[in-house]
Amino acid sequence: MNGPAQPLEPEGVGARLPRKEDDRYMRGRGQYVADIKMAGMQDVAFVRSPLAHARIRAIRIPDDIRAQVFTADDLDGVNPIRAVSGLPGFKPSEQPVLARGKVRQVGELVAMCVAPTRAEAEDIAERVELDLEELPALHDMLRAREPGAALVHEHWGDNVFLETLVDIGIASAFDAPIKVSRTISTSRQCMAPIEGRGAIAHVDHRLDQLTVTTSCQMPHIVRSGLSECLGIEEGRIRVVAPDVGGGFGYKGILLPEEVCLGWLALRLGHPVRWIEDRREHLTASANCREHHYEITVYADRDGAIRGVDCEATVDSGAYSAYPFSACLEAAQVASILPGPYDFPAYRCRTWSVATNKAPILPYRGVARTGVCFALELALDAVAAEAGLPPEIVRAKNLVRPEQMPFDNITKKHFDSGDYPEALRRAVAAIGAEDVRARQKRGEPDGRRIGLGLSIYCEQAAHGTSVYSGWGIPMVPGHEQAGARITPDGGLELRIGAQSHGQGLETTLAQVANEILGVPVSQIRVVHGDTAMTPYSTGAWGSRMMVMAGGAVATAAKALADRLAAIGAHLLQTDPSEVRFEAGHVVGRAGDVSVAQIARVWYRRPQDLPQGVHGAGLEVTAGYKPVRDSGTFSYAAHAVVVAVDPEVGQVEILDYVIVEDGGVLVNPMVVDGQILGGLAQGIGTALLEEMPFDGAGQPLASTFADYLLPGAAEVPAARIDHMETPSPYTQFGVKGIGEGGAIAPPAAVTNAINDALRPLGVEMLVSPVTPRRIVEAVLAARAAAPARKDAA
Amino acid sequence: MKAPRFHLVRPRDLAEALDRLAEPGGLVKVLAGGQSLGPMLNLRLVRPDLLVDVSGLPELRRVGREDDALVVGACVTHADFEDGRAPDVGSGMLARVASGIAYRAVRNRGTIGGSLAHADPAADWLSTLSAFGAEVEIASRSGTRRTPIGAFVTGALATTLAPGELVVAVRIPQVSAQARLGFVKHARKIGEFAHAIGAALVDPERGVARAVAGALDAAPLVIEDARELFDRSAGFDRTEAGRRLAAAGLADTVDRHLHVEALGRALAEAFDAPPGLRRAA
Repeated sequence: MNGPAQPLEPEGVGARLPRKEDDRYMRGRGQYVADIKMAGMQDVAFVRSPLAHARIRAIRIPDDIRAQVFTADDLDGVNPIRAVSGLPGFKPSEQPVLARGKVRQVGELVAMCVAPTRAEAEDIAERVELDLEELPALHDMLRAREPGAALVHEHWGDNVFLETLVDIGIASAFDAPIKVSRTISTSRQCMAPIEGRGAIAHVDHRLDQLTVTTSCQMPHIVRSGLSECLGIEEGRIRVVAPDVGGGFGYKGILLPEEVCLGWLALRLGHPVRWIEDRREHLTASANCREHHYEITVYADRDGAIRGVDCEATVDSGAYSAYPFSACLEAAQVASILPGPYDFPAYRCRTWSVATNKAPILPYRGVARTGVCFALELALDAVAAEAGLPPEIVRAKNLVRPEQMPFDNITKKHFDSGDYPEALRRAVAAIGAEDVRARQKRGEPDGRRIGLGLSIYCEQAAHGTSVYSGWGIPMVPGHEQAGARITPDGGLELRIGAQSHGQGLETTLAQVANEILGVPVSQIRVVHGDTAMTPYSTGAWGSRMMVMAGGAVATAAKALADRLAAIGAHLLQTDPSEVRFEAGHVVGRAGDVSVAQIARVWYRRPQDLPQGVHGAGLEVTAGYKPVRDSGTFSYAAHAVVVAVDPEVGQVEILDYVIVEDGGVLVNPMVVDGQILGGLAQGIGTALLEEMPFDGAGQPLASTFADYLLPGAAEVPAARIDHMETPSPYTQFGVKGIGEGGAIAPPAAVTNAINDALRPLGVEMLVSPVTPRRIVEAVLAARAAAPARKDAA
Repeated sequence: MKAPRFHLVRPRDLAEALDRLAEPGGLVKVLAGGQSLGPMLNLRLVRPDLLVDVSGLPELRRVGREDDALVVGACVTHADFEDGRAPDVGSGMLARVASGIAYRAVRNRGTIGGSLAHADPAADWLSTLSAFGAEVEIASRSGTRRTPIGAFVTGALATTLAPGELVVAVRIPQVSAQARLGFVKHARKIGEFAHAIGAALVDPERGVARAVAGALDAAPLVIEDARELFDRSAGFDRTEAGRRLAAAGLADTVDRHLHVEALGRALAEAFDAPPGLRRAA
């Protein structure tokens, strides 16, 4: 019998395989929500609040469009979105899916309008008149924290979702010879995946299900949220994520739009669709990143950190987003600010503050990008104060390989790695000595050269033990995977998460191939559909390779055992006499392929032995790592920039990333993840910002004002991999999905500061825009005119 | 973000286009490349009753030399210059400017006439063609007129174009072989709208030394005799440049600094200043 042709090159764990899914993407054959057509489908446009904070006096709807417009008063039995955290003191918010009584952010949904096309729906939306009584808008989180500020949620009494404090002997650091204090902040950003959100809701009468096809990365969680809000049992809801054009965290969130559409489809009986446009995306929804730090680092003269003391405030926006809640970022700040360093004293107070802005959502890197920015900038300030090169200060404090596994000051359990080696390699690869020599010589064009470093470690795939402590609506347990051998010897894998661009259709197939030897071309990964996949909390927290990969490996091993049992029979030997190898069950006298075994199981059951395991060639298996406190990948970034101090232009001349993601399933996919994250990190560092005016109006409503990095802005980074296995996971893999976006803002800003330090300039706000640089340069000149000659 | 309802016509020739533009009643807008108008329609910032699509008119795609000028039809695209399909002045001066406009997709459709009629202060052509001392040819049912760009553009997004009038061509004076163009644009990233533009054309043979500060919130500031600001031995007089920009209404210190830099660097290039004087600071 002939099985499928075996590929010549290995395709399992470690192979640099081109991505299976790219064939359809590159040919324009992907199927996204907006590509789906359904008979009788109508489009929805929302009437959104034009004001950041106002009381709704009246909503006036002309009679001729009354039947096409729905407001909160129509939504009988629909519950508000509640994302409660179990952390002590947390104040829950209730987010009505259509505003009731008050609007608390620009872009908040007030009414939905239905028409045959989106343009006509927008025509109707324009005619709905809102009578609003404007209230003072809270657009500054620090002022919103003060007593006497206007209140986003009146019954709270203040605007603080949650305040936390951890103090681990900070007083012992107060006598340190070096004390460096800085005020550091990251601006509000938008996530801007290529595809925005979008959903189609329709009623499937045959299955008696409300089906919501939505661009999401956590379909099972969205189903739970829809069930809670609509008051319908989960079994009567199906959530389907088709091709998804980037998620980055935004698509893990339950949107009020999804709830509205579900209700509307049930009410109207025909399919309804809403496709988010960019203005909605930028101004109403996909907000992230806004942190403010007052940070003090205490250190000895040799650069050893004695303690870190920080007050961190996060602008959480108006509502607690489902399922991660409004306090994920700030409370995470407290636990991860220490980064990859070992030091003896720590204090961190955090506030998650409610303001009249869109809810803050977890974006690739989540709080890590902010804490990395704060701590790494502060460490460069320590280095400057101590008169030491920044790499020396870092090397002095990094957790050392012989300490691994290591419980840090906030009880994070670092699983493995050699952090100082990553730093050494990065400093060597960037050619720090040569760069500094060039810096001393000066540039003929008057620009200034700077070298910047940053290093972080990234917790990924943290599970039950971590999230049960947060007490949010979603706690991950065992990850499930289904695996089924097809009658011709192929393999179907089913996972409950959604691959939204990270290549899981390829990498999970590689994991299965490693165990079963089935060629990757014969393996199909089914994902993103609650009806067709086992339950999963979904794709978030860089967890898919560890969790879904581990589950697929577990399922594949179970299949291998069953294949071996049948194969042994076909080889007329005992199961203990055979081994499974490269897609074959091999005995002493011969071998049979998976395809041959499959044929017998499905097509010729008369050839099976009497006592064969009746469960056959289909399994669902659950997986948790040996420890579920998370894997810790890490990287050192080094960058060289040229800064034009007169016009604030920053050119990235060289960029090096030394990354350790444990054992890499597909190094090419990992490189892609790192480079994609880097692009986003460059955006955070230099370009992306959602500014607000004093009335809480978001000022960047199109991509003409909200600038994303393009091909010209993203450097061709050089990547070096270390591969220290995690002791706790299948194959020793670690999650790496977010790291690329964590380190660049700190590395780039440190490089800019290195370039401008002789001018008396230090940039502490991201993004570091030309305007901010010129402002700082002019201010420094005005403060110390003599410096100009020195420079 | 979908456009409101409007009527669209695609006239066969210029005469028909001018007839349609002259029709009474409602707001009539001209659609050329649509690279500014398209987004404005979708954002519902403009709500025309009638859109007259002139992009297919052969009369507006003509290019030729007349007297001492290059005459370029209004619907010649930025990419036509970039790729060398349209003739140039000097040694690739227009191609250089065109290739820096927005992104290639915009350049494929965006037109020189549309850019001038839109009169966005941040537009590259507005500043460059002001430095060249170009003229705009305007047609209506009652005839054609010619006007220098400086008189044509009256402010940000404002021109002397009257209802029923259409920009049909741009006349760019020829330059000598020794002419030098200085062109400096500050944008936050490649392809984005400029925050400051400096343009300067120095052509001693023809007695031209004109400088332009563009991307103001107003019509470009044209300095007819740039030698008042730049001297090949003394360099750039940034104080005087700053004074003039302040007089033109540029109050913000940082903005003014950026515009002074752009102007100074453009002048240094146009005057072929020695490297020591190239840097404005």
